[in-house]
Formats: sequence, structure tokens, C-alpha cells
Amino acid sequence: MHLLEVKNLHVEVGGKNILNGLELSVGKGAVHAIMGPNGSGKSTLAHVLAGKPDYVVTQGEILLDGEDILALAPDERAARGLFLAFQYPLEIPGVATMTFLRTALNAQRKKRGEPEVSTPDFLRRVRELAGKLGIDQDMMRRAVNVGFSGGEKKRNEILQMAVLEPRLCVLDETDSGLDIDALKVVADGVNRLRAPERAFVVITHYQRLLNYIVPDVVHVLSKGRIVKTGGKELALELEAGGYAQYRDEAA
Amino acid sequence: MNVDVRPIKTAAECALAASFALARANLPGVDEVATLREEAFRRFETDGLPHRRIEEWKYTDLRALMREAKPLAPLPDAAAKRIAGQGMPAASIEARRIVFVNGSFVPELSDLADLEPGLAIRSMASALAAGDPRIVNRIGKIAPTSDTAVALNTAFMGDGAVIEVAPGAALSRPIQLAFFNGGSDSGAVFMRSLAVIGKGARVMLVESHDGVGEFQVNTALELEIGDTAHVDHIKVTRTGSLHVSSLMTAVGAQARFNEFLFTIGGQVVRNQLFVRFEGEGTIAGIRGACLLKGRQHVDTTLVAEHVAQACTSREMFKSAIDGEGRSVFQGKIIVRPNAQKTDARMATHALLLSETAEADNKPELEIFADDVQCGHGATAGDLDENLLFYLRARGIPEQQAQALLIQAFVGEAVEGIEHAGLRDTLMAEVAAWLGARE
Repeated sequence: MHLLEVKNLHVEVGGKNILNGLELSVGKGAVHAIMGPNGSGKSTLAHVLAGKPDYVVTQGEILLDGEDILALAPDERAARGLFLAFQYPLEIPGVATMTFLRTALNAQRKKRGEPEVSTPDFLRRVRELAGKLGIDQDMMRRAVNVGFSGGEKKRNEILQMAVLEPRLCVLDETDSGLDIDALKVVADGVNRLRAPERAFVVITHYQRLLNYIVPDVVHVLSKGRIVKTGGKELALELEAGGYAQYRDEAA
Repeated sequence: MNVDVRPIKTAAECALAASFALARANLPGVDEVATLREEAFRRFETDGLPHRRIEEWKYTDLRALMREAKPLAPLPDAAAKRIAGQGMPAASIEARRIVFVNGSFVPELSDLADLEPGLAIRSMASALAAGDPRIVNRIGKIAPTSDTAVALNTAFMGDGAVIEVAPGAALSRPIQLAFFNGGSDSGAVFMRSLAVIGKGARVMLVESHDGVGEFQVNTALELEIGDTAHVDHIKVTRTGSLHVSSLMTAVGAQARFNEFLFTIGGQVVRNQLFVRFEGEGTIAGIRGACLLKGRQHVDTTLVAEHVAQACTSREMFKSAIDGEGRSVFQGKIIVRPNAQKTDARMATHALLLSETAEADNKPELEIFADDVQCGHGATAGDLDENLLFYLRARGIPEQQAQALLIQAFVGEAVEGIEHAGLRDTLMAEVAAWLGARE
């Protein structure tokens, strides 16, 4: 059974069709890249997987472990192991990063019937993971993402992912706004999390990120559907030839 | 043609007049105090209860809200005194507690032992009865106002605290004026306190208002802050069917003044602040947070008057409103012609947690000097959907995500309180309020 199966997914946002019969199957341990031009529906796919309100699924199914999750709230999906790394991580004034992480982890564990993590264990683990991502302790005490640079916000997303240990990680344009050094740190963080039970859906506009997070499968998304699927070499072709041919193909 | 038409007196106005006629002979004070009372009552009789056509009371129409005026509350009996211990615990802030039940000072519940050098505390009733000119001469004079609720307070003032802190005295413990009402079903309570803080003194004053039953409370504090003194005043209101509170304060030069209003209970609450900056170079923070639900109505009305130059004031008020609650904020900053180099910023934010919640916001700036920085900002809105989604995408259920955001919203104001223990106590109140939300 696939970890994630998206079948004939049609999605409307604000009365406009964005996804038009999207099909996608992601197996455990795999890294799938989804590439596509602006406006092709990449971010919509990311958000609809995570359960964002106002994204209306008019047809189709999203199955996680073979179970339809469309009726589940975003927090329930998270507790089942789905994680969305945001393209634009939000600032939460007044909520310390540590509090946020612990609240999230314990809420997920509670939902899964697992005991809460002890404070010393939690602190030790977060400190270790933060260190690897070059996130200092001062940042952890500050409010979530408030006053963080673009790169720090992205690293913080990866830290959250590492702490929460999801099984399906959806990365929405995690490379946007990153310089090459920050990109390497983020990619290393993702690569450390690669595991036989964990899959990744890496959404990106540019091939550059895929030099560092090497995908098993590359899909091209255009006008709300997957129009081509191939191996990692497909990303290089796109880099060379651009998206123009796929715009025509979908039309 | 401008004819002053006085409508027929309301039942409450008639009851107040009857109450005053009955009580005037027994209210504490020498002849001079009796004269103050008579003058104040005449002002009330002329004006009547404040109503919506009085601009300062536009959103809190006491004439309509006060269907009746309750008789003066009886002296506290043993039962009332017993439950008075249930008020906000002083333990968390290690305060020296001065307790008032149904408007009367209760020495046996108060902690008057080992007063720090330079600190004097006594009851207002005894100070008025003794006719101490230091006290009597200050009544209504520290930051004068023509407000009718204050006039009513002056007419009926029963008891309260008189606190004097000598110049240079730095009090190690906060002083808590713990006001409690209960023991009977209802009653009216008029409390008047006075605090005179000497030059360079350091004082933290906490006022808590608790109780059970349908009490109508009119409480007032006059606060004189000397040059270079550092004063924190925090008022916590958790109860009352009608609670009208007035703070009148005059702040000297190079002083620090931190005011905080925390309102979590009470059906109709009006907190009015009259603050005069009379000396140069003072820094003040005037903040507040209120949490409303059901049909609670909380009105905060601030008049901050910069008389002297180069004072800095920061005002921040936050309200989280659920159910059919209504929060009112009226904030006026006046900068007098001589108050050059004034730096005043006022911010008010309302979080509307239900479709029926209401926030009314009226900031006003009256600037008569030309070299000042003054600004105000006001917002009202519901919780940010995108933030909620972000939290929920991390596995935090909706109710808990909302609670986190509301705590953070209120916390930004509570941060302004210097005392960590009190901050924690108030944030625990916020958590309990959120826990009780459905």
C-alpha cells in the first residue's frame, strides 16, 4: 500500500478550479519532487493535503495509509503523521518557539494515545536537533518566527519537522528565498530525516534544491494535473528547456 | 436657543437622593468633609446620572443601566468576613493585605504589623472623622474632575485606605488593597482611598475587587506621586453587578508610573483614569487587559493630560471579547501648550471571539503644543485564520490553538507589569478563563 494516494483530485479556491483530476502515489521511503510553472497548482496541492479551510475538494480522494483523510481537521492529519513545511512560515507574536513545539508534540501524542514527553527529554532533543540546523538557543526562546530572517524561518520549519517526526513531509517551496549556504543547511536537515518509513513530497519551482535533496521521482504539474512523470533527470531537462512545452501540453 | 431640559428623575436618582438624606448625618467626617459631600451631591443632583448624551459616558449609559440604586451595604457580619479570605491570594505576590469588606476596613483581616519605615496606613473613615487637614485638603484636589461618578463617590465616601509613603522609602513588599463584598444579597458600596507617595519613594500598589452578590460599587483612588518616585498601580477586577472605578493621579517630575487594569469579571464595569503629568521627564506606562464573555460590559475611559514637558507615556489596552460582551475604550491624550517634547503613544486592540462581540474604540488627541510626538492606533478583529491553520497544521487542536493565540494577545499587555509573580498570577487567571470557554 502507498503511504499517500491522491486520486482524481479536483479543488476549487474562491470559486476557481485549481486542481483538475490530479493523481499521485507516494510510497514509503520515497522522495517525490513536484515541479511546475507559477500558477500550476503546486501550493494548492500542499495546502489541500494539510487541510487548509477554504480549499474546496469537489471530486476525488486523498488517502493516507489507505484511509481517506479529507474529512479530517488539519490537526488530526498532523497527528496521523502529515507535515507541511510552509513556503511562508507565519510569525506568532507572544508564543515562544519552545512552548509552540512542546504544545504541538504533546497534542499529537495525546491524539495518538501516547504519553506526553518529559520536559528534560524534550529539551535535550530539541537542543540537539536545533544545534544541527544552526539554530541557537536564543532563537528558541523568542516568539515563533518573530524577527527571524527568511533563512531562519525555513530552518525553523525543518526543526519542527525533525521534532514532530512525521511520516509524510510536504515541503512547499522550501528553497524560495534561500541563499546557497542556507539551502545546504535546510537540505542536510531534510536528508537526515530520510528513512524507510518516511516519504517526502518536495514542491519546487527550480531544479536547484533537487541537487541537494535528490528525488526518486519527478512530476511535472501544469494547470492542476500531473502531465509528466520521470526520474531525477527530468528535473535537469526542465532546468534546460523550461516549462513552456508543458504549458502547451496541458492546454 | 439652548434650554437645559432636565428630564424627570429616574428611580435610581430618587433612591440615591433618599439614601443621601438618610445617611448624610452618619457618614464619616468633620464639618469640612460634610461640606465637601454636600457640594458633591448638589453637583450630582444638577447633572443626574451620566447618560449617553454626555460624551464621556456615551457608551455606558448609567441612567439606563442603573434601574435601581441599592441601599448602602450593611456592615460586614462574621459570614462576610469569613468569605473575604477567598479574594485574590496575596501569597503569590507576598503583598501586605489591607482588607475591606462591604466598604468597611477590617483591621483583624489586615496585615498592619511591622510596617516598613516611612509607611503609614490608616482607614479613610478615621482620617475623615479626625479631620486631618493633610487628608481632607487633598480630597478631590489631586487631579480634579467634574465627573459625576466621582461626585457621587465624594458625597457617599465611606471608607478606604489612606497610605502615606515618606520621601525616599522603598517598600520591599507590595501593598494590596483587597476589596471584598458579600454576606448579604446586595448593597451599594462607596470606597475612597488616598495614597501620597513621597519624593523618590518606591511603591507597588495592588487593588483587587472580589465578592459575591449583586453589589453596586463606586470606588475611587486619589494618587499623588512625588518627583522621582516609582509607583506601580495594578487594579484587578473580578466581580460586581455594577462597578465604577475612578483613579485620579498627579505625577511629579522624573517619576516612573506604571498603571495596569486587569478586568476579568463584573457585569458592568467602568474604569476611568484621570492622569496628570505635572513634572518634567516622567515616564509612564498605562496599560490594561480585559476578558469578557456573556453580556459583560467593560468601559475603560482614560484622560491623560500632559501639563509639563518632556514626559513619555505609553498606553496599551487589549480586550478579548466572547459571547455578547462589549468592550469600550475611550482614550484622550491632552498636551497642554507648555508640554513640549511630549511623547505619547496609545494603542488599543480588540479581539472579537464571537459574532456578537462588540468593541467600541474612541481615541482622541488634543494637542496644544507644537513640538510633540503623539500617535494612536486601534484595531479590532477576530483571530487570524492563517495563524490558526499554521498551529493546527502542527497538530494543535482548534480550541487549544485559539487559547494559545488569545493568551499571546493578552500577554503582550500583561508583559508591561514589572512584578513577575503578579504577571504569572494574572496569566493563570487568563488560562482559567480560557479553560472555561466552550
